[in-house]
Amino acid sequence: MVEDRNYTNCVKEGLISVSVTISIRHAVKRYGSVTVIPDLSVNIREGELFTLLGPSGCGKTTLLRMIAGFNSIEGGEFRFNDKIINDMEPGKRDIGMVFQNYAIFPNLSVRKNVEFGLKYKRMSKEDMRREADKFLQLVHVDQYADRMPERLSGGQQQRVALARALVIQPDVLLMDEPLSNLDAKLRVEMRTVIKNIQKQVGITTVYVTHDQEEAMAISDRIAVMKDGVIHHCGEPKNIYQRPADLFVATFIGKSNLIQAKLKAAGGKAVLAFQNGYEAEIPAVREEELRDRDVTVSIRPEELLVQPCQEGSDAVGLKATIQDSVFLGSNTHYFVTLETGEDVEIIQESEIDSIIPPGSRVVLTLKAQKVNLFDPETTLSLMKGVKNSTGLPAGRDGQ
Amino acid sequence: MSVKKQRRDFWSVVSWVLLLIFLVFLIYPVGRLLIEAVYTNGQFSGDAFRKFFSKPNYYNTIFNSTKIAICVMAASLVLGIPFAYFYSFYQLKGRKTLFVLCLLCTMSAPFIGAYAWILLMGNSGILTQMLKSIGITGLSIYGFGGIVFVQTLKLFPLVVIYMNGAFRDIDNSLLEAAESMGCKGVDRFKRVIMALTMPTILAAALLVFMRSFADFGTPVLIGRGYSTFPVLIYNSYLGENGTDYHFAAAVSVIAVLVTAAIFLIQRFASNRFKFTISALHPIAPKEASGLKGVLMHLYCYILVGVALLPQIYIVNMSFRNYRNAVLQPGYSLVNYRKALEKMLVRSIGNTLIVSVAALVIILVIAILIAYLVVRRSNVLTNTIDTVSMLPYIMPGSVIGIALVVAFSRKPLVLTGGLLIMTIALAIRRMPFTSRSATAAMMKIPISIEEAALSLGAPKLEAFVKITVPMMSSGIISGAVLSFVSIITEMSSGVILYNNNTITLTIGTYSCITSGIYGVAAVFATITMVVTVICLALYLKFTKLEDVRM
Repeated sequence: MVEDRNYTNCVKEGLISVSVTISIRHAVKRYGSVTVIPDLSVNIREGELFTLLGPSGCGKTTLLRMIAGFNSIEGGEFRFNDKIINDMEPGKRDIGMVFQNYAIFPNLSVRKNVEFGLKYKRMSKEDMRREADKFLQLVHVDQYADRMPERLSGGQQQRVALARALVIQPDVLLMDEPLSNLDAKLRVEMRTVIKNIQKQVGITTVYVTHDQEEAMAISDRIAVMKDGVIHHCGEPKNIYQRPADLFVATFIGKSNLIQAKLKAAGGKAVLAFQNGYEAEIPAVREEELRDRDVTVSIRPEELLVQPCQEGSDAVGLKATIQDSVFLGSNTHYFVTLETGEDVEIIQESEIDSIIPPGSRVVLTLKAQKVNLFDPETTLSLMKGVKNSTGLPAGRDGQ
Repeated sequence: MSVKKQRRDFWSVVSWVLLLIFLVFLIYPVGRLLIEAVYTNGQFSGDAFRKFFSKPNYYNTIFNSTKIAICVMAASLVLGIPFAYFYSFYQLKGRKTLFVLCLLCTMSAPFIGAYAWILLMGNSGILTQMLKSIGITGLSIYGFGGIVFVQTLKLFPLVVIYMNGAFRDIDNSLLEAAESMGCKGVDRFKRVIMALTMPTILAAALLVFMRSFADFGTPVLIGRGYSTFPVLIYNSYLGENGTDYHFAAAVSVIAVLVTAAIFLIQRFASNRFKFTISALHPIAPKEASGLKGVLMHLYCYILVGVALLPQIYIVNMSFRNYRNAVLQPGYSLVNYRKALEKMLVRSIGNTLIVSVAALVIILVIAILIAYLVVRRSNVLTNTIDTVSMLPYIMPGSVIGIALVVAFSRKPLVLTGGLLIMTIALAIRRMPFTSRSATAAMMKIPISIEEAALSLGAPKLEAFVKITVPMMSSGIISGAVLSFVSIITEMSSGVILYNNNTITLTIGTYSCITSGIYGVAAVFATITMVVTVICLALYLKFTKLEDVRM
């Protein structure tokens, strides 16, 4: 309990940083003649945990390293608050950085690692030690302070890296795939640690990952990137439920894509599949509502499976079960539609039985949840897509 | 932007300074050597070369050297590979001691072995006497056989050390996989183990060849008319017929052509084996039992014994009584007293000054080259890297002659001082240290430096405080090895020294040639003591299992 009180005091003693807003305008990155980022703008609010998410090669790490100052900037403007940082040395930008391989100095003890950055802050030896201890406690590695890094586990090294980045009281915390070298269980544990500490310290954080589940779990907002372009920038829930385009729909979570037609019937949007099954879709934007081809994106949990009795007149997509996988709480079905398209379905496991392969089934939609996209532009036709690279509405001090 | 420009400027200044250093101390001497070889009295001519190929006495030296080097290479591989195999795959008794003794063999001065064998099997050696008393004559350490014998004993441990490293990199599952497919015993040794270690075998072979080819001490002491090219260079430089720079230069050029050819052949051969292995499950040594075990132990211990015992015999001889270079019964310190009169103190002092200075130069330059090559790779830095590798194919005597030719005249006169000896040694060891520094640098992820920069460290400070210390574990062990080979180096020193700049090895050599064997034994013993101290230091920094050269 005493420890707990010290800990609370630590937080009061000024772990909270003065945070900044990052604004990036028309950023350009070129390697020789190859343009990696053509024109990217985004604003990151103070105290926010902002994640750059995308497949490898999408430019997310490049952008992070431009913010850090390790990559040159070929065009555009990078600001911390009102200060332009384009040509500043990394050490002058007041950033804390956590690297994929931790980059712990192997020749220095844990404490010396954490104190390293304080040496350039004109601080007395005692102050340095106190500050280092405070942050070692914050990340719970204070008991290893005098060890050499090689004797720490991966998770502990990551905590040291976090303490080392935070102890210099940076304006911005930059994290480059910090969890990708850890095993699955530790990854889940550490992302909670990072999220909690980030909230306690309240520091503006840019986080890079290719793991969409990690991004969902940790972020205030996510920018989904591909080929140097932000496809969707918004809150995790919105990105999952109302993806801005087909790339986001398929990259975030699993989506089944089925071709169908949209019909405007008396102001209502009716989705008509090839076999004649129709469903009313409530959230299509008015201006997009007309007779047209659409790509339907249906997540596996947005389909319901019903056994198809011979001669019954159940309406829905007709399909045949190819395989089923029992995963405890859920059961996955892999089915083939009449039209030959393969579809994956997740159902809550029932107590009685799993539908055997070869069975004919009827699938129905959870119509509020599915998303429709223009097959040409791949953009969403739905209401409720919140995609903006501007500053989100202010948050209360809490 | 201005800050960034400054940063770039710092490293480009370093690159240009390094290039200048190599131009002055390596390219310029080599250039002068070439000119010396083909110009006579300001006239372009092939005189020196014609002279070389006119007499068998001359051109045979290159054949002799090559023949010796090839024989030594073959013999070292034949002796060393089984030794390393037994050592790596079986739990030999006292294996640590065995390995330390191997290291000691490679580290000891090349010619001390030769001198020891003269004491044992020379004309009045004790073994020769013993054999004579039971009626065996005609066995002599002098000549071709003797040189190959002595050099092999000195160089086979190198093969052992190389091969032990390679065997440790073999993953046990590879052997198990081979066995599961029915490949066992000798077949497995040939098809799997040898094949996997081929790159290392070739690397060891090249190193042994180069060392043997360039060795001056052994052939000069026990050649007895079987002349090799370093001896020819030495004699034409300091021979009875006066100094003949032209001829020495021409022989040097021919020698470098041979080593360059061998180097290229080795490169070509090893290009066919481009793969890397690293073991997740290293081989666990098996118990060595039964007759097989006894034979393995005998093989290893007898081999190391034969390689090392003569040198220990020298220590014994240094305490024996001598009068006027004639052995007397009994022990005393009389040789040590005489050695003190013979500039022992000065030799030790010079040796330490020259080797420490050379080591510092080598380390600084090697670290800078490593950084430039790995982090700032461009045409300039790659040129520097290639140039720094040039001495690898230059035998010590060639470097010695090149420096003499270049720096005994204006604009830069350096001969006769400790500086030129330091330069010679620095040049000789540069390729080895710069290789190991580059390898160490490659292992350091760039993010470590970026972490230091992001925490506010200035560029240079990040390099000195973080990068250099991280390289150090890889460099220190290499540095100790370099230090030892600098101390035991003779082939270039013997051309550059004078009375004021005498070193331990040259002291030994000059005592032997003057026939004061007892005092020579003292010099040799002191050299060995220094070597053993270095070995102890080396083992403090390096785990025995990780010894690589």
